[in-house]
Amino acid sequence: MIRRAIRFLDQRSGSAPLLRKSLRYLFPDHWSFLLGEVALYAFIVLVATGVYLTFFFDPSTAKEVYHGPYAPLRGFHMSHAYKSVLDISFTVKAGLLIRQTHHWAADVFVAAIVVHLLRIFFTGAYRKPRELTYVIGVLMLFITLLEGYLGYSMADDLLSGMGLAIGYSVALSIPLLGANLALLIWGHPFPGDPSFWSRMYVAHVFILPVVIGTLMFLHLALVASRHHTQFRRQARQTERRLVGVPAFPAQAPRSLGLLAAVAAVLFLLGGLVQINPVWQWGPYTPSLGTNGAQPDWYLGWLIGGMRLVPHFDVTLGKYTLIPNPFWGGALFPLSVLVALVSWPWLERRLTGDHAAHNVLDRPRDAPTRTAIGAGFFTWVLLVFVAGSADRVTVAFGLSYPAQIWVFRVLVVVAPIVVFLLVRRVCRELHQAELIERDRERAEAEARQAAGARAPRPA
Amino acid sequence: MRWLRAAAVALLGALGLARGAGRRERVVQPGEPAPRSELVVAALLLGAAACAVAFCVFYATDSLGHQTQLLGLSLGGALALLSAALIVTGKRLVVEEELEEDYPEPESPDEQEQVTAIVRESARPLTRKRLLAGAAGVAGTALGAALITPALSLGPALDTESLYDAPWRRGTRLVGERGTPYRAAGIETGTFYTAFPEGADPEELGSPVVVVRLDPAALALPAERARWAPDGIVAYSKVCTHAGCAVAIYRKPLFAPAEPRPALVCPCHYSTFDPAAGGKVLFGPAGRALPQLPLEIDATGQLRAAGNFSGPVGPSFWGVRTRRPRST
Ligand code: FES
Repeated sequence: MIRRAIRFLDQRSGSAPLLRKSLRYLFPDHWSFLLGEVALYAFIVLVATGVYLTFFFDPSTAKEVYHGPYAPLRGFHMSHAYKSVLDISFTVKAGLLIRQTHHWAADVFVAAIVVHLLRIFFTGAYRKPRELTYVIGVLMLFITLLEGYLGYSMADDLLSGMGLAIGYSVALSIPLLGANLALLIWGHPFPGDPSFWSRMYVAHVFILPVVIGTLMFLHLALVASRHHTQFRRQARQTERRLVGVPAFPAQAPRSLGLLAAVAAVLFLLGGLVQINPVWQWGPYTPSLGTNGAQPDWYLGWLIGGMRLVPHFDVTLGKYTLIPNPFWGGALFPLSVLVALVSWPWLERRLTGDHAAHNVLDRPRDAPTRTAIGAGFFTWVLLVFVAGSADRVTVAFGLSYPAQIWVFRVLVVVAPIVVFLLVRRVCRELHQAELIERDRERAEAEARQAAGARAPRPA
Repeated sequence: MRWLRAAAVALLGALGLARGAGRRERVVQPGEPAPRSELVVAALLLGAAACAVAFCVFYATDSLGHQTQLLGLSLGGALALLSAALIVTGKRLVVEEELEEDYPEPESPDEQEQVTAIVRESARPLTRKRLLAGAAGVAGTALGAALITPALSLGPALDTESLYDAPWRRGTRLVGERGTPYRAAGIETGTFYTAFPEGADPEELGSPVVVVRLDPAALALPAERARWAPDGIVAYSKVCTHAGCAVAIYRKPLFAPAEPRPALVCPCHYSTFDPAAGGKVLFGPAGRALPQLPLEIDATGQLRAAGNFSGPVGPSFWGVRTRRPRST
């Protein structure tokens, strides 16, 4: 039966050799290699739940009066977009489950990518011959941020409207072309032309997912063509020789099990843990705002960036040239992107290491890289934390301006301190290991020598 | 009896050997059977099925169909059990093989040579390479530009004047959300009001203003705005000049001398503006003062605009300058 099916397939597609190779593709065994898989599976859940949501969502700003089941909003004027999100939440059976699962999946997707990126960075997995894989991965991360932003902007509730206003301002703030660009995208000064809603919609449900999917395919194809990297856990694992478990049968049930586990967690979260209760925010209009507004976690670093930048516009007499949102909203993420993308080449410059690497470093094996990475991560993390300073003010009563000043100092000082500290720790760990190894070798030699001299037992 | 069975086994074994001699080696290494674990996996799979059925039942039952928690629990439970079944399968039922192989060759120099040669040799007959490359470049650029041009229809990209629009003019009445005009006498100190231009689209950035009443003695407006605040009532654009959020917080000192002065605060990045000093930035990232709307009180005691804002409304852009907006 199986043989017949395979013969049928092979005779028509010639795919038996490829099939055999893929079934015996080797996966080195380490838990941290599953992080990328978690992202992939969250993406699958996103696509599945997202497709379902498109059947009910109406991307239109035309207004209507709400008469639905949610009493507090009855009689409110609102857009079709917001109304349809309310309907998905209250009238469509299982709609709220799917909507919340979709939202959770987005948060988990980005989180998994970020942790995966950290793993790749701190083990040096991006080195030759895998720079392209890495660059594609970083691009995917940034496109995903935009995708997520559009997703929660489309709901047209108060928070999403505030987010869009900020996005519009960041677009406006781009030097020279900002005004033209913003008017091109929005079609009209904020809140924009009605067609802006269909633009967001098609970008969110079609263009960006296709781009992400394509990049993901390329990413995986490149991984497979160069094979996985590996940690050196046994002597036979070398730069030339790979040790791992085959895709089939050993790896397949584990991977599928992980897929089911990710989906399970997301649906449990979607069913049990409320996320973005849009009905509480109410419909958006530019004259409304709310205190303590927080975006989805993965945009927190941009809010933080915009909040930390001092009151500083580049002006020329009566003219403003570079408005403030540019620094925190555009330049900051752009420099993070550029730093990440150029890192493999930068490192090559710094170390002069042009060789190809299949064996991973442990963080301590490359103290400078680890220290730079830790400092860089601290920098971004601090900006991210600064984004929630207002929450700290509300919860603990700490003065907001004082906190901002503390953070302004910290984002400069802490990365340097962390850099020095981490480099020191890595070097010490590395040294200690070398000493240990030397001692073991000496002991072994001594034992051998002693054994050679000792009389053989009769 | 026993020797009979032994003989049979031996015979079968011999047969098997004889048959096996002509066959290839095993690909997958032999593993230990684990009948117990098989039972566990089967039980988990059946559990998953039960949860999935429960999900369908919840969905179909009218009184439960909207219970997001039940739906999530049953569907998530089904997936969790499925996951457990797969993981037990991976750990117990499937052969644990650890194989090695060589990494793929880092490169194929021969093929690289060939590809280079193909390209080079194909181009050899060309005598005017530079010219052709130049012409192709020009064609490509022009065609690219032509293909991008229709995108300009997306918005008025080349005419950014509309960013200066604001629907106020001398005499426009200030009305509330429901369209009722504001009376000067109704504006109290210590709180703020949101007003819109009568008859205009309230969603435009140039529309909403905040109105507060201050102690006229505390006002420190620029000289040319001396008459913009009748009875100490001032109005400012409600749209933050930093990034376009609504300036939705009014900081009112509870213990006047000890606490900071009254201020308009934006909740997005906490830009803080001084309503007594022409909307000057006191704190936060905003780069321009809040545009002030000149006010007057008409004969019937209602608030009206005495002109358009002091500056462009909303977030800044390259080249934005402090000039009066265009009334629409
Ligand atoms: S939008 Fe008001 S402070 Fe940024």
